[in-house]
Amino acid sequence: MAAVSGLVRRSLEQVTVREAINQGMDEELERDEKVFLLGEEVAQYDGAYKVSRGLWKKYGDKRIIDTPISEMGFAGIAVGAAMAGLRPICEFMTFNFSMQAIDQVINSAAKTYYMSGGLQPVPIVFRGPNGASAGVAAQHSQCFAAWYGHCPGLKVVSPWNSEDAKGLIKSAIRDNNPVVVLENELMYGVPFELSSEAQSKDFLVPIGKAKIERQGTHITVVSHSRPVGHCLEAATVLSKEGIECEVINMRTIRPMDIETIEASVMKTNHLVTVEGGWPQFGVGAEICARIMEGPAFNFLDAPAVRVTGADVPMPYAKILEDNSVPQVKDIIFAIKKTLNI
Amino acid sequence: MAVVTAAARVLGSSRGLGQDGLLLLRRLGVRGLAISHPQRQQQRFSSLDDKPQFPGASAEFIDKLEFIQPNVISGIPIYRVMDRQGQIINPSEDPNLPQEKVLKFYKSMTLLNTMDRILYESQRQGRISFYMTNYGEEGTHVGSAAALDNTDLVFGQYREAGVLMYRDYPLELFMAQCYGNVSDLGKGRQMPVHYGCKERHFVTISSPLATQIPQAVGAAYAAKRANANRVVICYFGEGAASEGDAHAGFNFAATLECPIIFFCRNNGYAISTPTSEQYRGDGIAARGPGYGIMSIRVDGNDVFAVYNATKEARRRAVAENQPFLIEAMTYRIGHHSTSDDSSAYRSVDEVNYWDKQDHPISRLRHYLQSRGWWDDEQEKDWRKQSRKKVRASLWETSAPGGVFWGAALWRTPEGWKVWSLGDTELGDLGVTPVMSLSGQAAWAHAPLPYPSSVAVAPCLPFAPLSLKRGTGVSISEGCVRIR
Repeated sequence: MAAVSGLVRRSLEQVTVREAINQGMDEELERDEKVFLLGEEVAQYDGAYKVSRGLWKKYGDKRIIDTPISEMGFAGIAVGAAMAGLRPICEFMTFNFSMQAIDQVINSAAKTYYMSGGLQPVPIVFRGPNGASAGVAAQHSQCFAAWYGHCPGLKVVSPWNSEDAKGLIKSAIRDNNPVVVLENELMYGVPFELSSEAQSKDFLVPIGKAKIERQGTHITVVSHSRPVGHCLEAATVLSKEGIECEVINMRTIRPMDIETIEASVMKTNHLVTVEGGWPQFGVGAEICARIMEGPAFNFLDAPAVRVTGADVPMPYAKILEDNSVPQVKDIIFAIKKTLNI
Repeated sequence: MAVVTAAARVLGSSRGLGQDGLLLLRRLGVRGLAISHPQRQQQRFSSLDDKPQFPGASAEFIDKLEFIQPNVISGIPIYRVMDRQGQIINPSEDPNLPQEKVLKFYKSMTLLNTMDRILYESQRQGRISFYMTNYGEEGTHVGSAAALDNTDLVFGQYREAGVLMYRDYPLELFMAQCYGNVSDLGKGRQMPVHYGCKERHFVTISSPLATQIPQAVGAAYAAKRANANRVVICYFGEGAASEGDAHAGFNFAATLECPIIFFCRNNGYAISTPTSEQYRGDGIAARGPGYGIMSIRVDGNDVFAVYNATKEARRRAVAENQPFLIEAMTYRIGHHSTSDDSSAYRSVDEVNYWDKQDHPISRLRHYLQSRGWWDDEQEKDWRKQSRKKVRASLWETSAPGGVFWGAALWRTPEGWKVWSLGDTELGDLGVTPVMSLSGQAAWAHAPLPYPSSVAVAPCLPFAPLSLKRGTGVSISEGCVRIR
């Protein structure tokens, strides 16, 4: 008798990152009445990048709120609402514009719980596209992982695929701390398979835990957001040459899961970090510093290397832009240099 | 007596101190008077009767509890010169501009319209990544630009290309900026419609909204200190006026007494957000008096109304060192940008109304025709000519053999292709670099901090190379790596 009952059919569904974030927000809006979304164009327009499609239709004016054009204004309003007991999701059209509200994010959202001696939590989520897009030049392409990752009081997450996106936005909304969710515009339309487990309404990706996307033995490659995909591509190319890369998807920038990276480096003895942001004081710089301060340093056979975006404001012309972000060949080049191949 | 003289100085000596003058003076308080002026001294130590002494406001007491009702039902009236059919309503308001000038208005607006159509199409064809049209707002650009001196400094938001067009910015440079080709003054760094031109005193467009407002005020302050006889004009939309920077800008312009014209294009929408969701007060013009700023609301689709208001504002801003706020009511006929489809949030009928019944270009054309300065034959001719002009500059820009920042168009047996330089030595390619590699690095302002063992994406933007035509060398894809 075949153990039919033992068979678990895992239905894999193709879900884009955009849909995943949408689903995550939808489920949390449904689960908790205190959750609401505000930002520019989020309601009837379905979101500037259509991430909040259908939500206004479903939840109405009270839960999905269009604001006038003032980032400082609506970020401040959201922080106030969070302090008063609601659970806002504050959308920035891109994180570049969050600079116009950064005082509210840092001085009011991030620091308040500490400054009040634990009396006043600020359960707010700031989300929006971060980092490079395509053909939108300097003021629309900056990566803020290092800026927000620098500040105690904030949690900062950076999803790569649909599973990350859905699980992290849900965890962020349920977290009582201010959480910055750095999405990526170029990933919004990319479909990934979502397991049935990931499709469930209680699926959460824990904040502060990295994921090993690909097991390997020769070198550890650490990345976050879109570059994770480039790292996996590089790993595929290199495995044909017999080099097996272990690719780690950080998922969370702060609090950083350095333990996973350390364990991996202690296994492979080599480290390359990959990010889209600028090199100085960046995510890769922090990883390298922490590796040096921890047990994994003694296991390194070569200096750790950072692959980053170019140290210039993002230019517009296509060929310049392409050369201002890490490409697969740059990752391959760095890996080979580190391995002395 | 001393007060009257002072007031006359503030208001301009040519004007008598009529009823308005006295009202203005009362509102001005002792502004414009030196600290040592007796009148100023008098204000502080008032007489024995029961008048308010508060430094914060100049007002009388009232013993009836009454909230001021914001007046949005019948707000600030809209000044216009022409009706929707282009007929002058009040002849004394007709600026009576010479034929040549009015034709320049018309040609600038229509050339802009033509260029918009072609560049919008370019984006749809994948030639440029992004574009924003100016449909319906041409009157606000040209009317205001014409009323300024050529040296007046312009801070724009992103929908003011007509100002540059009026100042004779060549079509080739508009195209070059959008395409990021070698003629682009911005060297391919900025996304499309982010024009800037030093000779024409047009500050480069910056994406974050309303950041230009305090900057414009600063520039105006500098102009005042330099006694430059120069005004600064700052354009922004009604949506950008919601930003915190706008508040700071208005307040500083008033307190620092700067010769600046704040020009708000109220076009009804901020992407999809209608004005009913953007603000609850009486538009932007009503905010001016709150800051102590002279304000007016005009019909933005009436190029003469825009012209008259801007002309007078300029004259007084410079003469009296005070800011002016002009709210030009208009309508955004096109989408917000090529990333937008406005049929998602407004009806086609609404758009058609403005396109057909109240368009700045057609209103001016009716005026021209009624003066006998234009006819259908010339219209047909000019349309053909302007299309030809735009297409010619487009071909120049994207033509084969043209050079783009960091790449080149090259002819191969398979056709024209875009190549970047390979990893080979430049000498092999039979090309003549315009700048040496080290020169390029220096010019790019980015030192080479990373040794070659660190694979930082080879990013340094490099100067265009002059390539010999017809060499047919095959260049592998890649990029120049700085060693």
